Amino acid sequence: MRIVVDTDLCQGHGVCESEAPGVFEVGKDHRVVVLAPTPPDDRRSELEAAVRFCPTHALTLVDD
Amino acid sequence: MAVDTGVREPARVSGGEGATGHLEELRKDPIALMARVRSECGDVGVFDLAGRDVVLLSGAEANEFFFRAPEEVLDQAEAYPFMTPVFGEGVVFDASPERRREMLHNQALRDKFMRGHAATIAAEVERMVAGWDDEGEFDMLEWFAELFIYTSSACLVGKRFREQLDGRFATLFHDLEQGTDAIAYVDPYADIESFHRRDAARAQLVSLIQGIMEARAAQPPVADDERDLVDVLMSIKNPDGSDRFLPDEVTGMFISMMFAGHHTTSGTAAWTLIEWLRHPDVLARVDEELAELYRDGAEVSYQALREMPLLESSVKEALRLHPPLILLLRVAKGDLEVEGYAIHEGQMVAASPAVSNRIAEDFPDPDTFQPDRYLDPRDEDRLNPWTWIPFGAGRHRCVGQAFAMMQLKAIFSVLLLDWEFEAAQPPETYRNDHSKMVVQLQQPCVVRYRRRAVARSNSGGRD
Repeated sequence: MRIVVDTDLCQGHGVCESEAPGVFEVGKDHRVVVLAPTPPDDRRSELEAAVRFCPTHALTLVDD
Repeated sequence: MAVDTGVREPARVSGGEGATGHLEELRKDPIALMARVRSECGDVGVFDLAGRDVVLLSGAEANEFFFRAPEEVLDQAEAYPFMTPVFGEGVVFDASPERRREMLHNQALRDKFMRGHAATIAAEVERMVAGWDDEGEFDMLEWFAELFIYTSSACLVGKRFREQLDGRFATLFHDLEQGTDAIAYVDPYADIESFHRRDAARAQLVSLIQGIMEARAAQPPVADDERDLVDVLMSIKNPDGSDRFLPDEVTGMFISMMFAGHHTTSGTAAWTLIEWLRHPDVLARVDEELAELYRDGAEVSYQALREMPLLESSVKEALRLHPPLILLLRVAKGDLEVEGYAIHEGQMVAASPAVSNRIAEDFPDPDTFQPDRYLDPRDEDRLNPWTWIPFGAGRHRCVGQAFAMMQLKAIFSVLLLDWEFEAAQPPETYRNDHSKMVVQLQQPCVVRYRRRAVARSNSGGRD
């Protein structure tokens, strides 16, 4: 499981950070940083929420 | 054409023979003009705005090009000349693109502040309805405009500032919004009444805020946790000790912060309510959804951040059918190409939520109100990210979207749990006034309210 960010779309609202703390971090420059690009499977539901509630639909979850 | 490079000039839409091209039609019936561009020219077509070409894009492919383009390719700054006299010189569009992004992305909109905002908003609605009788009528344009002045000033500037505002501020703000006639494309300071009122209103707002600043300067400072943005700005000094921000600039900053979320959210609240009054079956389902969510006396500040599928879908559908911004504009900073058509440096480039939101291929039965189109599995907003564009898309997407949705969920929670509404005029007579670039409800737009006979909620538990 892997997280892909469309940086054209991210505006740094920080919803992902609230939904999946420790996986995403949004700093003062309003850019998302993925702290854990390939997170463990037991966090899937948090990540799905982060993808779903991202206000700019900038996140996708890819299963390789 | 000497060499056929395969790049064609886009077609021009019919009409617009007068000296100012399609300007007059844009001021009278802009949606009909833009829909005709799409029907006559396709995804890429041109209309004439007072001697300047506007290349209007629609459909997913052309819209994606529009929304992905960086500031350096499609520039916003020059595209909105009607906003400079409202904000003031040097406030928003005179800054660099990078700085502008920073300024526009107000810290107050960050996710972690939302719960506090929800509580503030619920309290503001309660204060407004405290003035209501058990039944009566209200004018949606005026009522929502005043409510959203209070909510946005309280959340974005601070509660201390909000307590110093009254209905006058909303009236002046309305004059600013009405001062956005497209004639600004010919002359932003043309000798017309709405521009005179705009300038007078801005001057009065400056003196109102100057009064607030002078009074605070004369008083001892307040505790840190009571400080609002006015106090913060007043504490910043130049190297020589003088104030860094003078009342004119502070006013401009507040106007620019509040402007984008004001007429947009109040129009959306009104249109959501209108569509519910036109579709009582949907409203009954929304009532049930809220009754269930608040059954155990949950607080609005908590529930407004949770999912309310049918209420949210109703708002989305009101936004699709009645987008508050109908025309998004940029200026081309170089020669460009989209779908095989040429765009030339200096031309204006536009996308239209009013047109793209009703493309029948993406939104079956596009003119009907169907909140269910957003529910699983239809998901028509998520499946059409470049044509479902009430908030724009891409890098310029509305930064206030999450705030706006939370705000509407909080407001309708309070209103629908304790009150019933019905149309006070034939439902088909509610309409928008399109004579200004800022679209607003046309009066009369009256709705009747009645306090619910049986309390549907444990209102003691709500804040």
